[in-house]
Amino acid sequence: MTKVSQLGKISRPLASTLALTLAIAPTTLFAQDSPTFKLGVVSFLSGGASGPFGVPSRNAAELIVDAMNKGTLPAPYDSVGFAGTLVEPLFVDEASKNVVADYQRLVQKDEVDGIVGYNSSGSCVAIAPEVEKLETLTVLSACGTSQIFEEIVTEPKYLFRAASHATMDNVAAARYVVEHTPEAVEKLSDIAGINQNYSWGFDSWRDFSASIKVLKDDVEIANEQFPKIFAGQYGAEISALLTARADVVHSSFWGGDLEALVIQGAGRGLFGRTQMVLTSSDTAIHRLGRQIPDGTIIGARGSYSIYAPKSDLNDWFRQAYYDRYGVYPVHPAYQMANAVLGMKAAADKAGVGTEEAIIANLKGLSYEGPGGTVDMALADGHQAITGSAYGTYKFDTETGLGTVENIVTYKAECINPPADLTSQEWITGGFVGADCE
Amino acid sequence: MKFFDKTEWSLLYALPVLIILLFVLPTWLVNYVQVSMGMGLVALAVMIQMRAGLVSFGQGLYFCIGGYTAGMASKFWNISDIFVIFAIAIVATLVVAGVLGFLLRRYREIFFAMLTLAVSMILFALLSSSHELGSTDGFNLPQASYLGWRPEGETAGATLFILTAILTLACAILINRFLRGPIGKIIEAIRENELRVEYLGASAHVSVHILYMVAAVISAIGGVLWAMALGHVTPEMANWTTSGQFVFIVILAGTGNVFAPLIGTLILEVLRVYAVEISPNTWQMILGTVMLLTIVFLPKGLWSLFEGFVKRLSSKEPAA
Amino acid sequence: MITTVAIILDGFGFAAWLFLSSVGLTLIYGVMRILNISHGGFYALGAYSAAWAVGLYTQTGNTIALTYLIIPLAAIIVGTLTGLLVERGLLRFMYGHEEVLMVLVTYAVFLILEDATKLIWGTESYVAYQPAYWLGTIDVAGIPYTIYKFLIIGTALAVGAGLYWGLNRTRAGKLLLVVIHDREVSAALGINVTLFFTVTFVIGTTLGALGGALTAPEISVVPGIGAEVIVMAFAVIVIGGMGSVGGAMIGAVIVGFARALSVHLYPPIEMFSIYLVMAMVLAIKPYGLFALAEGRKI
Repeated sequence: MTKVSQLGKISRPLASTLALTLAIAPTTLFAQDSPTFKLGVVSFLSGGASGPFGVPSRNAAELIVDAMNKGTLPAPYDSVGFAGTLVEPLFVDEASKNVVADYQRLVQKDEVDGIVGYNSSGSCVAIAPEVEKLETLTVLSACGTSQIFEEIVTEPKYLFRAASHATMDNVAAARYVVEHTPEAVEKLSDIAGINQNYSWGFDSWRDFSASIKVLKDDVEIANEQFPKIFAGQYGAEISALLTARADVVHSSFWGGDLEALVIQGAGRGLFGRTQMVLTSSDTAIHRLGRQIPDGTIIGARGSYSIYAPKSDLNDWFRQAYYDRYGVYPVHPAYQMANAVLGMKAAADKAGVGTEEAIIANLKGLSYEGPGGTVDMALADGHQAITGSAYGTYKFDTETGLGTVENIVTYKAECINPPADLTSQEWITGGFVGADCE
Repeated sequence: MKFFDKTEWSLLYALPVLIILLFVLPTWLVNYVQVSMGMGLVALAVMIQMRAGLVSFGQGLYFCIGGYTAGMASKFWNISDIFVIFAIAIVATLVVAGVLGFLLRRYREIFFAMLTLAVSMILFALLSSSHELGSTDGFNLPQASYLGWRPEGETAGATLFILTAILTLACAILINRFLRGPIGKIIEAIRENELRVEYLGASAHVSVHILYMVAAVISAIGGVLWAMALGHVTPEMANWTTSGQFVFIVILAGTGNVFAPLIGTLILEVLRVYAVEISPNTWQMILGTVMLLTIVFLPKGLWSLFEGFVKRLSSKEPAA
Repeated sequence: MITTVAIILDGFGFAAWLFLSSVGLTLIYGVMRILNISHGGFYALGAYSAAWAVGLYTQTGNTIALTYLIIPLAAIIVGTLTGLLVERGLLRFMYGHEEVLMVLVTYAVFLILEDATKLIWGTESYVAYQPAYWLGTIDVAGIPYTIYKFLIIGTALAVGAGLYWGLNRTRAGKLLLVVIHDREVSAALGINVTLFFTVTFVIGTTLGALGGALTAPEISVVPGIGAEVIVMAFAVIVIGGMGSVGGAMIGAVIVGFARALSVHLYPPIEMFSIYLVMAMVLAIKPYGLFALAEGRKI
């Protein structure tokens, strides 16, 4: 008897919880048969990465999708939607606690036809196996780590990345340092680095220092600093770099950390004493203007923003982005544009805007983005290689705008490993097969 | 008859309910239920310590040890058998918690909180700097095997879900026993007045030490289950924000019953999912507001609402 | 030699920032027994309002000198108003709850402040470097240091001295010490405890905002800076002894030097030096260096 009443007492609340959960669930049952392509757009909308990366990515996706649905993109993208199918974007914050569970929700609850985005390498590493498990088209727009296709998903079918990995940024930076400042290269004997204490910082510094050592003999590492990400205060690190007296200081800092480093470092003459190489610094130009000392080597993670080659598409993108958001697009916006346009190019090629068509046609595709050609050359046609460019900073006092000069562009084949080598093997093996002409 | 008490009966009843949910609910929601069980165990660990007045702001330490043991076992020693992994994780946790316990058992209040936080952050920093373990990106786990049986696809998911449900509920029942036992009584007395406990001849230090180790073990089990469910571990598991989340779950859910943190975890998770969906830019504000409202109207946690509900039901029953 | 000088200056420079960012936290805890997580939110509010105000002002092209007035003013205005709003509008209804519950309350406030800040100022960064540059640099042992850094160190000392004087030499301060010692007895003696709570909370939040505002010229103000400062500030006040202003100063110096030493001598341990120091100090002095004496309840 007691048992029965206990059951009554306990299971009723349980049943009501169940009922409540089920009441929430049916919203998912209204699966749409509408002809739109539901596109999940994932980027940082909160936290320290939202300003420099997440929001520009989101904005670019919004801009491109809107223009695409109206058919107002420049040729060859002037058809409506993905081969006639309207695209319905769904914006999601990457800075939620459970990236994997949220990915699953996006696929299963929101029933998206495809997903684009992800800024952080950590997110990409986590969701990569899930993409193949859930069999949903996912185009990573940024995230730097070379692990994705080299170690985690070695036989991709649904996973693509429309951006080069970070190896390229640092190989190109090393080449620029060594090959295009001849008078400094003579004397180049010590390099130093200040990078954030997480994967991105470690990998960037490893690739840069290894590349420099391959390109020039007898280069020593004078100092390596790995402050905590979002530390903001770099007084001690700057003092250590000043006393180390290296010829070149490399940093892959981004966003607020980068701006703080420039403010604090330039204020104390670090930029005057050594050649600074900032691999991800185009985002800082419109914020800091004249505060970035002239001569600083500026990278934009590819031929994006200030390095974007002239084309109708790029002119349209810059102007439309500026008109809508009041600033010029930075590299995360370009990367996102590349990712979305890649999907469109694949759909247009197939003539149908379905997930299957995009998967089949994006593989190995070569197409034009606002930052030049994107060639899905690595990882069996799933990983893009793009060209890059480096230059030195020059503040134009007349226009009040930051510009770059001494620009050198690098072909994708020059700074990306060939398909059969991992990034590490390629660098330490002396860049075998690099085509730099 | 008296072998199981009310709470334990309800935990036993929860098992078939969970298994039904597995087949009834859409997969994405099952995922959240499963993830919540792993995290719920850690919240449970925080809850039993809170009964002694100890707020652990570093329970992520053992959550992380559990997750990384599972990951490293498969990465370095090629072990994917979930029972072997549990054995390794529990031994590793007992060693770490046994040693740290000698230091931590002397501390109370905010000092216990900050010291647990410090120890956890040291692990966080070590893992973040270790290149072999993928630094902050962490690394991925293979699918679990069960005594040589390697299910694939949906069977694998369902098996892990059922195992997670069984283990979670079993841990909850054991913890319920533990709390009703002598040490459970002593720890409540410690929160009230530690000096008197000592005067009565019980050792507060030894009790806290045992409590700390028990909490560590169930957190590690939670960590293994969580990591297995998501297939990925990162140092973030040991970060103070993760540990803080567990503390908030417990405060929100209440410490009245072992059920509370388990359900609290799920509620918080679902709340977060919908907050993110309703307002991707200001979901934190929604979360904060809900928290405040809960504290204002239910200072003893969500469980008090539940308890009141059950009480009202049972008071009506005789009449009906 | 150069390294030694650098360690000392960097140590004090970082310590000054730590002290300014954590002293409000220890003050509020000392008086109210509330571990105020929303402190990080006030830090961010101060930084944003200062950076925004300085940005607006410098566009007018007037002398930079005035910004040294604008920065503290922005902090005082935003810290006082928001502090009052939080204390009068919310916290006062919560007094008497358990300490742990109050942590959750302030955490909820922190979440709300974070998003409110984002709604007001957006996600783009704000930079206001002019005040940090205008004073120039001086060379110490061949290494240039900004004079602004010395200004921060001076401000930290002044804030510390001001609080010490206020607490120990003024009538209000002495009454406050009575309140800290025993709330009920002081209420019975006719001290307006509620008023003291309000004033303390507002001073604490204003100090938090000031910490952010003074840092703003050296950094780029972005979403999330508030969350970063909380754990750091907790560590500092735990090392020094919760609720002790002098302790916060010593804690800041210890952590500041731990960081400077690791950066100059052995960078790999920089990331956890602060936690290592905290664990070591607490292992020796379980209640921090300058803990307030507590009565034994039998």
